[in-house]
Amino acid sequence: MEFIWNFPLFSIVACLFVGVISSVLGKKAARILSWCLLGAVTAMSGAVLYYTISIGGSFTYMMGHFPAPWGNEVRAGVLEGMVAVLFSVIMLFAVIAGKEYIEHDLPKGKQNLYYSLVALLMSSLLALVYTNDIFTAYVFVEINTIAACGMVMMKNTGRSILAATKYMIMSLIGSGLLLIGITLLYELTGHLLMCDIKEAIDVLVESGQYQEPLTVIIALISVALAIKSALYPFHSWLPDAHGYSTPTSSAVLSGLVTKAYIFLLVKIFFRVIGWEVILQYKITDILFVFGVIGMIMGSVNAIMQKDAKKMIAYSSIAQFGYIYMGLGLGNIGGIIAAVFHMFMHGAVKSMLFISVGGLVEVSDEKTAWSKLTGSGYRNKVAGVAFTAGAIAMIGIPLFGGFISKILFATAAVDNSMVKMVITLLALAVSTMLNAWYFFKAIIRIYTPRGKREKAKKPTWLYVTVMAGFIVLNVFLGVFSDVVIEGIEAGIGMFV
Amino acid sequence: MGEILSGLFTNYYETVSMILFGIGFTTLLFHKNLLKKIMGLNIMDTAVCLLLAAHGYIEGRKAPIVVDGVTAVEAYINPVPSGLVLTGIVVSVSVTSVMLALTIRLYRRYHTLDIDEISKAVQKEGK
Amino acid sequence: MSRIREDYEKTAWRRLVHFINGDEKDMTEEAGYEVETEATTQRIHDEFFEEAEWNHRKEKADTMLSQYEEWPETKGVVYFRKLYNLIAGVICVAIIALLLITAAQLPSFGGTDNPASNEVAERYIEKGMEETGAVNIVAGMILDYRAFDTLGESHVLFLGVCCVMILLRLDGTESERVKKEAESNDRIYEPKNDAILQCVAKVLVPVIMLFGIYVVFNGHISPGGGFSGGSIIGAGLILYLNAYGFKKTGRFFTMKTFSVISVLALGFYAISKTYSFFTGANHLESFISAGTPGELLSAGLILPLNICVGMVVASTMYGLYALFRKGGI
Repeated sequence: MEFIWNFPLFSIVACLFVGVISSVLGKKAARILSWCLLGAVTAMSGAVLYYTISIGGSFTYMMGHFPAPWGNEVRAGVLEGMVAVLFSVIMLFAVIAGKEYIEHDLPKGKQNLYYSLVALLMSSLLALVYTNDIFTAYVFVEINTIAACGMVMMKNTGRSILAATKYMIMSLIGSGLLLIGITLLYELTGHLLMCDIKEAIDVLVESGQYQEPLTVIIALISVALAIKSALYPFHSWLPDAHGYSTPTSSAVLSGLVTKAYIFLLVKIFFRVIGWEVILQYKITDILFVFGVIGMIMGSVNAIMQKDAKKMIAYSSIAQFGYIYMGLGLGNIGGIIAAVFHMFMHGAVKSMLFISVGGLVEVSDEKTAWSKLTGSGYRNKVAGVAFTAGAIAMIGIPLFGGFISKILFATAAVDNSMVKMVITLLALAVSTMLNAWYFFKAIIRIYTPRGKREKAKKPTWLYVTVMAGFIVLNVFLGVFSDVVIEGIEAGIGMFV
Repeated sequence: MGEILSGLFTNYYETVSMILFGIGFTTLLFHKNLLKKIMGLNIMDTAVCLLLAAHGYIEGRKAPIVVDGVTAVEAYINPVPSGLVLTGIVVSVSVTSVMLALTIRLYRRYHTLDIDEISKAVQKEGK
Repeated sequence: MSRIREDYEKTAWRRLVHFINGDEKDMTEEAGYEVETEATTQRIHDEFFEEAEWNHRKEKADTMLSQYEEWPETKGVVYFRKLYNLIAGVICVAIIALLLITAAQLPSFGGTDNPASNEVAERYIEKGMEETGAVNIVAGMILDYRAFDTLGESHVLFLGVCCVMILLRLDGTESERVKKEAESNDRIYEPKNDAILQCVAKVLVPVIMLFGIYVVFNGHISPGGGFSGGSIIGAGLILYLNAYGFKKTGRFFTMKTFSVISVLALGFYAISKTYSFFTGANHLESFISAGTPGELLSAGLILPLNICVGMVVASTMYGLYALFRKGGI
C-alpha cells in the first residue's frame, strides 16, 4: 500500500474543510485559500493519475476500519485520475480567470461564501469521480446540486434568481427519481457498493427474476441523470442558469457539473448495472434517439439566439446530445468517443464562457450580439481565446473537436446500418449548424466598429490563464492518441 | 393483472409511498404557485423516505437497538435503510430551506408567487 | 482613415457580413423603402376608394396586426398551457403507473428472506456493538461503518445555510426599502412581549434544552443522536427567540457564535474522521477505543461526533429561522 492511495481521501476532505473555513474568512483570504486548495488538488489528482498509469491498474481504498461491503470505499483508476485532473485544472483556471468578474458581479460582503461554494462543489465533483458506493454518490450529487444552484443565484439579479429557482426545481425532480432508483436497487440487491450490486444483478438477470422492476430502475436512474445533465427534452433549465450567472459560474456549470453527472452515468452503466445488461435492455437506443434530436435542436436554437451567453448555452445542449449519442451507439468505440468529447467540451466550453465574459466586460456589460460588434479588438486576449474555442467547437484540425468527430464517425461505421446513417447525417448537419453560428460570432466580434477607447489591458494573470486554456485545448487535439489510450485503458479497468 | 393487484395489497406500504410520490410529482408539475411546488417536492421526499423505511421492516422484529445483549439477527430489523432515511431527511431539510429562501427573494421583488407571472415580469424588466 | 473605411464598406466581404448579421444600416434602408411604398399605395387608394372605406380597412388591418402581435401573450400562452397540461398529465399518469407496477413486483413487505437482509445487515447487527461500541446499531452504522456519507450529509446542511445567507442576509449594502420591509415584517407578523408566551417559554425552554442535550448525549446507547437532538435544541432556541425577541437571544447567540460553532464542529468532524479513515485504510493502530458498550463514555468517536452534529444542527435550525425572519442571525 502506497502513500498515494490516500490522495483521493485527502483531496475530498481538504475541499470540504476549506469550504467550511472560507465562510468565516475575508474575501481576499478566501480567494487565496481557494487558489491554493485547487492547486494542491490538481497536484494530488496528477499524482494519482501518474501512479495508476505507472502500475497500469486501479486501486480501491477502504474508508475506515471496515472492509468493503460494510464500510465505504473509494476507487481510482486511469480514467478516474484523468477526469479528476481535468476537473481540477479547469476549476483552477475558471476561478483565477474569473477573479475580476467575481469581484465585479457579486455582492461585496458575500464573496467569501462564493469561494466556499467553489470548494464544496470541487469536493462533490471529486467524490462523484472517485466513489465506489452508490449512496455516497447520491449524497454528493445533492451537494453538487445545491452548490451549483448557489453559484447561479449569487449574482443577485432578478433573472439569475429565477434561473436558479428553475434549475433547483428541475434538479430536485432528478434527485427524487435518482433516490427512488437507488432505493429500489437496494431493495432488489441488498447492496450499496457498486461491484456487489453488479454481481447481484448478474444473478438476477440469469435467473430471470425481477425483470420489470430492473427495467424501471435503469430507466429512473438514466432519466434522473439525463435531467441533471440537460439531455434535450429536459434542457429547459440550462440556458437561463448558464446565461445569467457570472462567467466563472457558467464555465464551471457547463464544463464540470453536467460532466460529472454524465461520468456518473457511464460509471453506473459499467460498474453497477453492467454493459451487457444495458445493451440487453435497449436503453442505449433511447439515449441515441434523444442524443441525435438534442444535437440538431440545440444547434438550431443556438442560431436563433440574440444573446451571446445563451447562444453558447444552447450550443452546450447540442454537445450533450453528441455525448449521449456516443453512449447510445452501444459499442466501446462510441463510449470512448463520448468520454473524449466530454473532456474536449469541458475544456472548450469553460474557455468560451470565460472569454465571452471578457468580451461582455468591454461592451458596457451588454450580452446581446449587436452590442458585441468589434469587441475582439477591445479585449484582444478574450477575442483570441473565443476564436480558438469556436474553432475547436466546430471541429477544425489541431483542436479536440476534430478528433472527437472522427471518433464518433469511426464508432458509427462499426455499427448497424441505421445507426451509422443517422449518426453520420446528424454529425454532418450539426457540424454545419455549429460552423454557421460560431463563424457568425467570430465575424461579429472582429467587425471593426464600436468605441475603441473602451479597450482594456488584461492583467498578466488573465493572459497566463487564457494561454493555459488554449494550451489545454491544443494538447487535447494534438496528443489525442495518449488521451484516447488512457480512456481505453480506464474503461477496461471498469469491468 | 390479478397478480399485480395482489402484489399491491401485499406491498401496501410501497404502494402508498408510490402513490404519495405520484401526488407530489403531480403537484410539482401542475401548480404555478411556488409554495405549492415546494410542497410537492416535500411530499416526494417524504414518499421516498417512507419507501426506504418500509424496505427495512421485517415482520415481528424490533428496532435495531441492542436490548439485554441479544445480538442475534432474528431479533432486529435491517438497520441500513434507517441510516439512509436519516440522510434523506437532512438533504430534504436543506433543499427546502434553499427553495423557500429563493421564493422569499422572488416575492420581495415581484410581489407574486406565480412562476409564470414572475417570468413575464422578469422578461419585461429585461436585465 | 475614413476613405479606407468607406472602401471597406463597399467590399463584397462587408456586404456578406451585413447579410449575415442583418445589420442596422441595411435595416434602415429597407425601412425607408417601405415608408415610401406605403405612401404611394395610400395615394392610389385615395383616388380609387372612398375615404371611409379606406379607414375601415385600415382599422381592420390594425386590429389583425395587434392580434398577431399579442398572440404569444394571450392565445399563445393559453395554447402552451393546454399543451403543457396535457403532456404533464400523461407523464404523471405514466410515472405513477410504472411505479405501482414496480411496487407490486418488489419483494414482499416485511418478509424475512428479502434480498436486503443479507450479510451486510447481518454483520451490522451481530458485530456492530462489539466493533463500534454503540448499543444503537443505526448510530454505529452511520457514524462508523458508513461515516463518509454522514460527513457529506452534515456538509449538505452547512451548504443550505450558506445559500440562505447568500440570498437573505442583510449586510448593509441593501437599499433602505429592503431593510424597512424586513424590519416591518418582523414587527407586524411576529409576536412581541406576549405574556402568555413568555410564561410558557420560561417553563418549557429549559426542559426542551435538557431533553435535547439528553438525546444528543445518549445517541449511541438509545434512540436519538446528533440530528434529532440538535433539532430539538434548535426548536427550544426558536421558542425562546419568539418569546423574548432578538435582544435577549443576541446576548448569547450572534453571527459570530454561529460561525465559531459551525467551523469548530465541522472542522473537528472532518479532521477526526480523516484520522480514523487514514488509520483504518493504512492498517495503523488508532488510539480511539470502543470502550464498554452501554456506558455514557464509550463507542469511541461516536459520542464526540454526535455532539458536533448536534451543535451544527441546533445552530443551523436557529440560524435558518433568524435569517428567514429578519435577514441576520
